[in-house]
Amino acid sequence: MQEQSFINAFSETREITVTVNGRRYTHTVPVRMLLSDFLRHELHLTGTHVGCEHGVCGCCTVLLNGESIRSCLMFAVQADEMFLTTIEGIAGMSNELHPLQKAFQEKHALQCGFCTPGFIISAHALLHENPDPSEEEIRLGLSGNICRCTGYQNIVEAVQLAASRLREAREEGA
Amino acid sequence: MKPPRFRYTAPTLLEEALTLLANFGAEAKILAGGQSLIPLLNMRLAGPDYLIDINRIAELNYIEEEDGYLAIGAGIRQRQVENSALVRQQSPLLLEAIEQIAHPQIRNRGTIVGSIAHADPAGELPALLTCLRGEVVALSLRGERIIKAQDFFTGYLSTALEPDELLTEVRFPWIPPQAGVSFMEFSRRTGDYALAGIAAALVPGLDDRCFEARVAFLGIAGAPVRALALEQLLIGTELSERDLTLAGEAAAELVSEDVEDIHATTAYRRSLTMELTKRALRLAWVRREHEKV
Repeated sequence: MQEQSFINAFSETREITVTVNGRRYTHTVPVRMLLSDFLRHELHLTGTHVGCEHGVCGCCTVLLNGESIRSCLMFAVQADEMFLTTIEGIAGMSNELHPLQKAFQEKHALQCGFCTPGFIISAHALLHENPDPSEEEIRLGLSGNICRCTGYQNIVEAVQLAASRLREAREEGA
Repeated sequence: MKPPRFRYTAPTLLEEALTLLANFGAEAKILAGGQSLIPLLNMRLAGPDYLIDINRIAELNYIEEEDGYLAIGAGIRQRQVENSALVRQQSPLLLEAIEQIAHPQIRNRGTIVGSIAHADPAGELPALLTCLRGEVVALSLRGERIIKAQDFFTGYLSTALEPDELLTEVRFPWIPPQAGVSFMEFSRRTGDYALAGIAAALVPGLDDRCFEARVAFLGIAGAPVRALALEQLLIGTELSERDLTLAGEAAAELVSEDVEDIHATTAYRRSLTMELTKRALRLAWVRREHEKV
């Protein structure tokens, strides 16, 4: 009888409320649903890509309460009451591309584009922590993201360009 | 690549988690950072009936400076320790080990205690805990057990933890301030599993010879390897090139044939372990601070 009451603590579905790119969503989800699948299939935010689904490729990187994480290595239920930013929300309220997105475009830092959302989110987290990273620090910060076509040279250059523009913008604002 | 079905709960109190483990421990897994467990679930290499998520148990979120050791609770992420001013000042070896764990995105979620509980022989933290003769705290409704690292890691992904026990804390002993330390590993790409690695702490004596040595390896056997004979070789020496060569040879002998895989043959791992040992010990010795004695 006692065991029966404890078993009720467990469930196969749960209602969660998550804030994604500033908008609150309440959904009932299977507990085994990965956060990456929740974003793509439930919220239809398909900018978060799914590559390897075991934490190696970095395509599904999103910001969780401001920190970069793999959305394939977290269950949607675990994000209950948390704040997420995906590639769709990176530019904020403005109609303009984020400086990182612009720099990727200008520096030809993508070919097929599959890995790009993950790279931009990882770079965003890196520049937030370290606004003026060295090339080495950029390469380390992006080492968890894999690109299979462009190569990394232009990606590093794009992050350097975006970093310098973001610093200029900050100085002008100050 | 989708996890199998399971039932889930996220208790907010430690007591609740222990009660659940007491009832369902044999069929349950603890979910902490999930950076090892969720890949295993995605690849269906694990299929527990129940998942007990401990991420909402606030009382497990602590980093404490204790007499003799640094205590880290099961809620603490690797990145939190990496960014902790206390650790940056007091525990350079722990910092150096953590910086080599996977990537920042993984360390933002992955926990220190979870990595110990997972007990991957190629993991950085099990080897470090072994090197430092650290301890873990296992809690159950039956009581608390303090387990030494050497008794905790029992084999490949295996530990002395009982099904009803929760690993609540890991204790990294302080290293004397004059010690020279080094954590070195080799992997083909940054952040990949290391083919081999070494954690070393060398304490100089008043005569500036090695007074005490702590050395352990990762990736070279089914569990982290304590290198007791190698440590003995170093004591009393000045870490000359000849001493380093002897230590490297002793290290190569510790490499198990069981770990031969598509990434490296046993011969290659032996050669790699020998070279890493020489480099890590040389660096640790350079980093010692003799004048502080």
